[in-house]
Amino acid sequence: MNYIPHTEDEIKEMLGTIGASSLDDLFSEIDKSFFSKSFNLSEGRSEFELFEYLKKIAAKNDTSLINLSGGGFYDHYIPAVVDKLTSRSEFYTPYTPYQPECSQGTLQSIYEYQTLICRLTGMDVTNASVYDGGTALAEGIIMASRITKRKKVIIDSALNPLYQKIIRTYLNPDFYQIMIVDSSGYGLNRKKFLELLDSDTAAVVFQNPNFFGKIDDYSDLVKAAHEKQILTILSTYPIALGLLKSPGSFGFDIVTGEAQCLGNQLNFGGPLLGFIAIRKKYVRQLPGRIVGATEDKVGRRGFVLTLQTREQHIRRNKATSNICTNQNLSAIKALIYLASLGKDGFRKLSKMNYFKAQFARKALAQIDKIKIDLNYPIFNEFVIEIENLGQLYPKILEKDFIPGIPLAQFYPEMKNKLLICITEKISKQDILKFKSILESITYLI
Amino acid sequence: MKLIFEKSTFDREGFKLPKLDVPECKLPTDNLLESKKVNLPQVGELELVRHYTNLSKLNYCLDSHFYPLGSCTMKYNPKILETIAGFESFSNLTPNLSLSKKGFKYIQGSLALLFQLQNLLTEITGTSKVTLQPLAGAQGELTGMLMIKAYHQKKNNQKKYVIVPDTSHGTNPASVAMAGYESISIPTGPEGQMDLKIFKEKLTDEVAAVIMTCPNTLGIFNTQIKQICDLAHQKDVLTYYDGANLNAILGKIKPAELGFDIVHLNLHKTFSAPHGGGGPGAGPVGVVDKLVPFLPEPYIVKDKNDQFSLYQQSPDSIGKVAPFFGNFQVLLKALTYILILGKEGLEKVSEIAVLNANYIMESLKDYYQLPFRRRCMHECVISAQKQKEKGISALNIAKYLIQEGIHPPTIYFPLIVKEAMMIEPTETESKKTLDQFIQIMKKAAKLAKESPQTLKQAPANFIFSRFDEVKAARNQNLKYKNNNNE
Repeated sequence: MNYIPHTEDEIKEMLGTIGASSLDDLFSEIDKSFFSKSFNLSEGRSEFELFEYLKKIAAKNDTSLINLSGGGFYDHYIPAVVDKLTSRSEFYTPYTPYQPECSQGTLQSIYEYQTLICRLTGMDVTNASVYDGGTALAEGIIMASRITKRKKVIIDSALNPLYQKIIRTYLNPDFYQIMIVDSSGYGLNRKKFLELLDSDTAAVVFQNPNFFGKIDDYSDLVKAAHEKQILTILSTYPIALGLLKSPGSFGFDIVTGEAQCLGNQLNFGGPLLGFIAIRKKYVRQLPGRIVGATEDKVGRRGFVLTLQTREQHIRRNKATSNICTNQNLSAIKALIYLASLGKDGFRKLSKMNYFKAQFARKALAQIDKIKIDLNYPIFNEFVIEIENLGQLYPKILEKDFIPGIPLAQFYPEMKNKLLICITEKISKQDILKFKSILESITYLI
Repeated sequence: MKLIFEKSTFDREGFKLPKLDVPECKLPTDNLLESKKVNLPQVGELELVRHYTNLSKLNYCLDSHFYPLGSCTMKYNPKILETIAGFESFSNLTPNLSLSKKGFKYIQGSLALLFQLQNLLTEITGTSKVTLQPLAGAQGELTGMLMIKAYHQKKNNQKKYVIVPDTSHGTNPASVAMAGYESISIPTGPEGQMDLKIFKEKLTDEVAAVIMTCPNTLGIFNTQIKQICDLAHQKDVLTYYDGANLNAILGKIKPAELGFDIVHLNLHKTFSAPHGGGGPGAGPVGVVDKLVPFLPEPYIVKDKNDQFSLYQQSPDSIGKVAPFFGNFQVLLKALTYILILGKEGLEKVSEIAVLNANYIMESLKDYYQLPFRRRCMHECVISAQKQKEKGISALNIAKYLIQEGIHPPTIYFPLIVKEAMMIEPTETESKKTLDQFIQIMKKAAKLAKESPQTLKQAPANFIFSRFDEVKAARNQNLKYKNNNNE
């Protein structure tokens, strides 16, 4: 199958119009030596053969395990309307809405999406999306440095370690100075932060709930940073914002995060959906597409890409970022997801995550050989410590549970510690079953 | 159309959640808690479905309209790609299983496919190894620039500049800036390709790399491309191939064999993954041997027992540009496309893409100005300069096309052509569709002479007339506020 509709006669006729003798002749300006001698690729296959082949390979994945892992990439239930609506060709087969008259479907959806991200975060302005939570944060830091004309960034070590790696890749070490503050236990080292804030600091970066699931009150640190004209950045988890104090009310200047959890499947880690929301005064420094409302010639409301002089296709090397195509369809999924849950539903969902995780944390704490620090508030993730985790981890997998994320690979001092996430998809029965599995296998050690 | 917020009713319940099956407990303390619910719209499911169904109908899209947007390769997206991507074993797989070696056995299917795609793209580009991590073409460019930087730093080369032709995509100089280099823009010569003489003058020891799109955004294949790469290498200047226009040479020429060290691909362009209204895309990057140590990690490897695992041990790796393996779902679609087409299918792509573009160019050459009189590749750039004399701009013609049921080409790009219209039909469009387009373009040229007002008022009898973009920028209405200013 090659999806090419031309008949031989049509090709001949077209070549005649062009004045070319053959299809090869179309390439005659190119030196013969430029052409490759061989392409070692297999022959094309029929759709049916390919379907069967990929079905077989898909069967080598196991998605039947009960997933207790989060760490930024969450397994939430997705209402059927989300995929049904976004699998309409009108949403998934156009491109960037450069021509607003025939792209209002995308443009209005993104305007609605921008509105909801602002309402979730309590911020003034957001853009049409960025790639993921990690690059959103990197862009946020670059933006803060541009605004403050400073180069030092202070980051809490309880920030998602994968984001930390992305930030280190994105931020040119010749230019930026990155300082990591070690969290004491699972929480913030407030004293250290206060010590480090100085007139060279562009931004401080926190995550709430932090990577270990802890939720915190950041008002004191935000205030202290602002006294030194330092911008404050928070990476956050949208589902938690149904219950937790909005980053805007803490006073943050830039709020970023991963919104895959809003109606986007896990898809082995991509596509994801990054967002970056800011105070209005910084709008000209925001990277990426922004949709704004306007009117047509007869006063009908409509939407267009706006403030484009920030962007690469106009400003080239002076642009706020190189970003162009990113996660439009993922953003529309997030929009429809939020609209489907609604105001009450979203609060309920957020609370449900919270209640179930508290229940699970208490239940697991009853197991003799498991240590859990119950003294800090969490949203839907928490850390447990099990002796010999390395040996037990595959055994728990065999019992059909993904038991969470082993933390030692990111934090060497956290040997035997596991980050567990409980979403609304995990039933009480699942939790109790997991508990009994842990009881029986830890009993053996 | 009304916004979803304007259809919302105060106390209507949306999606029904299951009953809470654990006891409620104390909520966090007040300083951690949001007292008010997030103000989300409350609509019933049918109303929600109608809203977004009707909204979607306001879009022109590839499945409903000819969409010859230049440099974007809007080819047909076979439906089987969506079916495969919808397999539950792909879509519901958590990447967290890759964080522990013990989890690898549960993700062998996805790793196998990523491994297969890495190899196929290596073969197609002629490079030694490919990273699938970059999430879009622009991020692929940044990844390339960061590897270039790491390479020169490792060798203690003092480099400051990156050369880009003046026809380059805006992302090129923007990516250069993000990596901390300065860009040098080289003008285009009378043949429609980078001026070789000026290039040679600017090619000093301080140049880190040269970025070329080939064919360039004029749709012209640079016949001196090998020489450019050779000259660059003599000064340890790395050569970067922007793959946005690979569709023109797919299955015929391997960029690395022309002398390119780094090649990025836009899977949503050349390899038919749908564009999603502006993403998600994917921008894998292939490199030649000397740059392999700098690739982002991990990448997928196969062991002796045919088991797939992850490699992440190079001390010189630039790190990560995405948390896991890139946009897996998009990668899966591109792989499916490559496997369906196979060798002959891929070769045919470039042949017919080039045929279609030349057919349009030849058919319109008496009606519009052609900035360069030579054969084009997969896209052609024509200019509305002739029409401008009658006060008709490329924008007017674009809006007329909308009125006639066609998505306009890319306009005002490349920047060096005045009143540019960049037309990329792709191989999947039939002669009949092209003929209709050509007729409408001829009619537009005629109207420009005889009835310019018709074009200036376009789109007429359409759902919307032209939007006031100046007002949008001035008002900065970037989110909805209700009467209570919420």
